[in-house]
Amino acid sequence: MSASAAEPAIVARRGRPLSWALALPLAWVALVVFLAITADWIGLPDPAAQELILRRKPPSAEFLLGTDNLGRDMLSRIIYGGRTSLIVGICAPFFGFLIGGAIGMSAGYFRGKVDLLAVGFIDILLAFPTLVLALTFVAYLGQSLFNVTLALGILSIPAAARVSRANTLAWANRDFVLAARTIGASNWRILTREILPNVLPAMFAFWLVAVSVIIVAEGALSFLGLGIPAPQPSWGGMIADGREALDVAPHTALIPAAVMFLTVLSLNFLGDMVRNLVDPRRSAL
Amino acid sequence: MHWLARQALRLIVVLFCVTLLTFLIVNILPGDVATAILGGLATPEDLAGLRADLGLDRPMLVRYFDWLGSALSGDLGRSHRSGEPVAQAIADRLPVSLQLMVMAQVIALGVAVPAALLSVRRPGGLFDRLSASAAFGFLATPSFMLGILLIYLFSVTLDLLPATGFSPMSEGLWANFESMILPALSLGLIEWTVLMRVLRSDLLTTLKEDFILLARAKGLPPWRVLLQHALRPSSFTLITVVGLNIGGLIGGAVIVEQIFALPGVGRLLLGGIFNRDLILVQGTVSFIAAGFVLVNFLVDMLYAVLDPRVRHVRFRS
Repeated sequence: MSASAAEPAIVARRGRPLSWALALPLAWVALVVFLAITADWIGLPDPAAQELILRRKPPSAEFLLGTDNLGRDMLSRIIYGGRTSLIVGICAPFFGFLIGGAIGMSAGYFRGKVDLLAVGFIDILLAFPTLVLALTFVAYLGQSLFNVTLALGILSIPAAARVSRANTLAWANRDFVLAARTIGASNWRILTREILPNVLPAMFAFWLVAVSVIIVAEGALSFLGLGIPAPQPSWGGMIADGREALDVAPHTALIPAAVMFLTVLSLNFLGDMVRNLVDPRRSAL
Repeated sequence: MHWLARQALRLIVVLFCVTLLTFLIVNILPGDVATAILGGLATPEDLAGLRADLGLDRPMLVRYFDWLGSALSGDLGRSHRSGEPVAQAIADRLPVSLQLMVMAQVIALGVAVPAALLSVRRPGGLFDRLSASAAFGFLATPSFMLGILLIYLFSVTLDLLPATGFSPMSEGLWANFESMILPALSLGLIEWTVLMRVLRSDLLTTLKEDFILLARAKGLPPWRVLLQHALRPSSFTLITVVGLNIGGLIGGAVIVEQIFALPGVGRLLLGGIFNRDLILVQGTVSFIAAGFVLVNFLVDMLYAVLDPRVRHVRFRS
């Protein structure tokens, strides 16, 4: 998730921010988001409707992306699966950043014992391999859209706390914070009015990266059969289903894989770009 | 020595918290073991009896310290399902997981180090841009997706390698290698991207140092400057990242073992989760987390051995 080194070639150069390197990923993400929102209104077939006679059909005029092992329309499942991925991918990091951000900002601002406690807490959460912890959470909470989001949200707390702590540390000793303190502003006011606006851009850039990481994590959970429960489509689940028929109907696995790849790739592009814009120093975590 | 003692203490505290947290997750979250074992039709008396047998009627903290005490002596309890000792089950499957991770790491380093070295020879040149693009692409490929693609390419289309299944070393080194190479590639081909980026950026920093200029001024050929002078001082971050990424590698190994049907610790854990085998999950998760913490501890030690300055600087921030 972290460890981003200088990335010279990919990133669009300043001065021509609307190059194809920005336009293509943006267009793809916009398309996925648009279809996920309008899925109910664009006349898609029911993603759960089975037609066993028409199973594993390759892409055709009737089924644009073919049908899966149970004869369900792949296009419809991809779009509804995208909705699942986006809901989890957007909400989980948001939840993590709300809590992790509060922890990290308090740690970086108050220092001392608060910092020690927060860093200890982060250390312990980081001591678990992420996916293993996610598996355990979901397995015991029960599989549902909400629980998957919650589990992945909890897992994004430590990263969010680190980013916000590092950024708060950098801002907390600036003169304008001192000025606010001298006119008698409360800690709460300083944190929310003086520091938060400065920390937010870096948090936003990191959130974009987190969205793609969480989409992959949700895919992994669904792939293992521990994500969103079965009839509801999800990209990871579709890839897992398609694996059964890799020899006779490879499109059932390769199409969702390609869609997921393009989405994650686009989000990474955009995240990198935003990070370079808001944080030219590329400050380490 | 003072520094070492502090690190060791920190290690113990983290290990304690990690096992406690695992215990809490497995025990507090909903899902009753007795019902899971006996099924929904069991009478309340049967359920209570089984809970007493399993010791589940005692207070949770008592059970935790009980478990911790046995765990310290190497006894992780017995699986509810199979009755097999958990420690034994882990020990049986550990070699497969370790082999997978070592092979993946070797592949990752084997691609990352040459790629980084070739990139910094001409930063911004053709190879640099190509390898950066390739890294960006692989970074967007989850291991489960790469695993499927590799099966499709090498097993289904080219028919070169077995799609799934495991051959132990006793069936011959080549058979073992054949069954492990695709799983290891699924992990290693993703892992190298991060390593390459880290090493590349550190190499670029090192190459600006005076001693590199001196080496060049002495007329040493570029490859010797790179390999003998620049590589070692540039690899500290690389080592840390290798250690940190083991967490991701473990998670990836769970998935990859499942895809390729390898009998490793990850599949043991998944089986335990699907069967609601409480003791097994508790033991495996604690084992994995403890292993991960220990590896990171050792990496920090190694880091300090390689660079004495670290002993005083790190862990302050």
